[in-house]
Amino acid sequence: MRIFDPHIHMTSRTTDDYEAMYSAGVRAVVEPAFWLGQPRTNPGSFLDYFDGLVGWERFRAARFGIRHHCALALNPKEANDPRCADVLDVLPRYLAKDGVVAVGEIGFDSMTAAEEEAFARQLDMAVAADLPVLVHTPHRDKAAGTRRTLDLVAASGIAPERVLVDHLNETTVDIVAASGCWMGFSIYPDTKMDEYRMVRILAEHGLDRILVNSAADWGRSDPLKTARTGRAMLDHGFDSDDVDRVLWRNPVEFFGQSGRLLLDDVAPDTGATFAGNSVLRGGGE
Amino acid sequence: MSAEAGHGPRLRDLLAPPARRRLDELTAEISATPSAVATRFPAAARLVARGPVRPGDPSGLLGPTLEDLVRLVLLEALRDALADVPGRLAQEVTALYRFGDSDEKRAVLRALDRLDIGETAHDLLGDALRSNDPRLVAAALGPGGHRHLDQAGWRHGVLKCLFLEVPLAAVHRLAERADPELARMVGGFVVERVAAGRGVPADAWRVLGDHPPTVRALRAELRSPHADRRTAAELALAQRRDV
Ligand SMILES: [Zn+2]
Repeated sequence: MRIFDPHIHMTSRTTDDYEAMYSAGVRAVVEPAFWLGQPRTNPGSFLDYFDGLVGWERFRAARFGIRHHCALALNPKEANDPRCADVLDVLPRYLAKDGVVAVGEIGFDSMTAAEEEAFARQLDMAVAADLPVLVHTPHRDKAAGTRRTLDLVAASGIAPERVLVDHLNETTVDIVAASGCWMGFSIYPDTKMDEYRMVRILAEHGLDRILVNSAADWGRSDPLKTARTGRAMLDHGFDSDDVDRVLWRNPVEFFGQSGRLLLDDVAPDTGATFAGNSVLRGGGE
Repeated sequence: MSAEAGHGPRLRDLLAPPARRRLDELTAEISATPSAVATRFPAAARLVARGPVRPGDPSGLLGPTLEDLVRLVLLEALRDALADVPGRLAQEVTALYRFGDSDEKRAVLRALDRLDIGETAHDLLGDALRSNDPRLVAAALGPGGHRHLDQAGWRHGVLKCLFLEVPLAAVHRLAERADPELARMVGGFVVERVAAGRGVPADAWRVLGDHPPTVRALRAELRSPHADRRTAAELALAQRRDV
């Protein structure tokens, strides 16, 4: 089973996770920029984080045989803090970099005017940078947030096949399917969405335009949920080509629209350093 | 090896016709709209070309890579486009460096001898020399560092190369600029390494020559009561004969 996890926050995970992911078949990931749990208070905090996503984290993943890509954006939650808004002036510089395969996560958290403005502006940036978009749908009032999301996407003029609407469930999958956007499902260790319900959705909707991710971060989550979903698919009677389609070919097709995937062979090795620091040795000078 | 390799004509010879065409398009775009450099500079390797220029230098430690040369051409276009706007070039070069990844930073450092940006060049070189990234440190001691670093900063840069095992072939005009103070600093480093029973980079002797205080101190180490120190001193003195 080869796995591309299209939404995982590796910055919050350990090297043990990287090892376990590699043994489960994970060979590539996309890490979208998001909230760190502790609110940021200025644009510089975002820029240092972006530097880490295109630099240190890509290096760290490669040490464990995993290709790391990222999506960059001002996230919906922090779009509400005017002290952070200026990061949008610098974002286009980062969207031009190698290995940046989407604008994201953008979208709604509490559906405020500030969130909507940042959302619309970043949809325009995605068009200018010729990048697909990863959209987060809110945990609260999800159906209304998803409908408003699809309205904004339609108004922006971006092609729906370049938009991934994420964190869907049984109540939001149909409107996104009808919009022509890609459908993302985050499989959590609690009740939000589990691998068995995911299999039911795949059985009902087919495999087109569907991505499955672990969305693992600093909260209770499981970076192996992609592999567990693959096994649940096999148990249900899907064959290994179906699993490969959902867990590898679909994410490659969606993010491949950036023209910037870094999927040439990567094998774990033991000697390299990033800016003088080695992961395997555990630190700096 | 030095920035002479960076002249447009030489790079053009290395590029296939489609890459050459894309480079011309980017250069024209930046000449017409200098602010475009903000997104074209980071994308340049992907849009034009990347890879080693010399097979013996795959990661661009000793001299520019193809993408460094491509980015140099873009910076020269920016310089010419902003010739009449005082201060603007320094501002944009600072931003390209600050928001750059390691590859972009390295390209800025390698271009500094072609850009008249005064104190700014000195600041960027200082940032690179504070990093532990061998490729940034090596690039900071190329022609740009030769032009913009004062003697004290330059000496510390050379010493940092030895610490990070950056070959001193990366240092532009080393023989010409090396002075007795640099020999004293490198000698101190060598003696300290041997006293710890550790190896010494052979390149240190390119600076030391037969620096008498260092050679005397190492000969004294040959009589150390500790075997590891005697061995380290033997190896270091043998390296000196090989250089
Ligand atoms: Zn997320």
